[in-house]
Amino acid sequence: MKREEGSGLDLGQGPGRLLVWLYGVFTVAAASRSVVQMLMDFGRAPLAYVLSAAAAVVYAFITYSLVRGGPAARRAALVCCAAELAGVLTVGTWTLLEPSAFPDATVWSDYGMGYLFIPVILPVTAMVWLRRAAR
Amino acid sequence: MIDALTLAAGLAALALAAWCGFAFSRDQPTKDWHFIGMAVVSALVLVQLVVGVVRLSGGDRPVQGTAIFVAYLLGAAAAVPAAGFMSLAERTRWGSATVAAGAVILAVLEVRLYDIWGG
Repeated sequence: MKREEGSGLDLGQGPGRLLVWLYGVFTVAAASRSVVQMLMDFGRAPLAYVLSAAAAVVYAFITYSLVRGGPAARRAALVCCAAELAGVLTVGTWTLLEPSAFPDATVWSDYGMGYLFIPVILPVTAMVWLRRAAR
Repeated sequence: MIDALTLAAGLAALALAAWCGFAFSRDQPTKDWHFIGMAVVSALVLVQLVVGVVRLSGGDRPVQGTAIFVAYLLGAAAAVPAAGFMSLAERTRWGSATVAAGAVILAVLEVRLYDIWGG
């Protein structure tokens, strides 16, 4: 993996390294959570488990974009972070308004409260970093 | 599993997080001493992994399910070494921040392991 130094597009360097790490952890957490739950008891809360799997895909794509770097990956990561934030806010509000639709929690339930609110803090931080890395 | 071991691993993880957080606040990368600290924490978690597998093969069953328990054991064992390797590649304060974050995650995993085992 060769990248130009100091081009401003090394998204996975400096503060980006911390973001890669956190997104990597959340990819593994969301993916393993949804896989285990789907294999064990899909019928209990299908909506929650599918949403966890969707979150895992978004996290995986952002991790990949951050590691790859470059202007195209930066734009793609920005779009995905916006989608992630929208997902957290939508699912968070949804779980509060209609708890009966979610017999089991997702990564994004209650705005990510079960995960120390990191799911809602992370996309905002990432978008700030991605915008700054462009300069 | 063994509550004392879970507690020790959790506290050691928090200490490592504070130590690397301190290095971050002083604008320093991780140094040799930090890596020795990571090795100590990793050794504790590896012992925990072995003890957990032995207890499982001995017929004990975690309250919340064996699959989830094993997944958390593996995640706990991987967290600090993975963060350590990333900090080797990132020789700035952000490498220290990565290890601190990994140690906090490990502490959370230890709390979950305690719950899953049925403590």
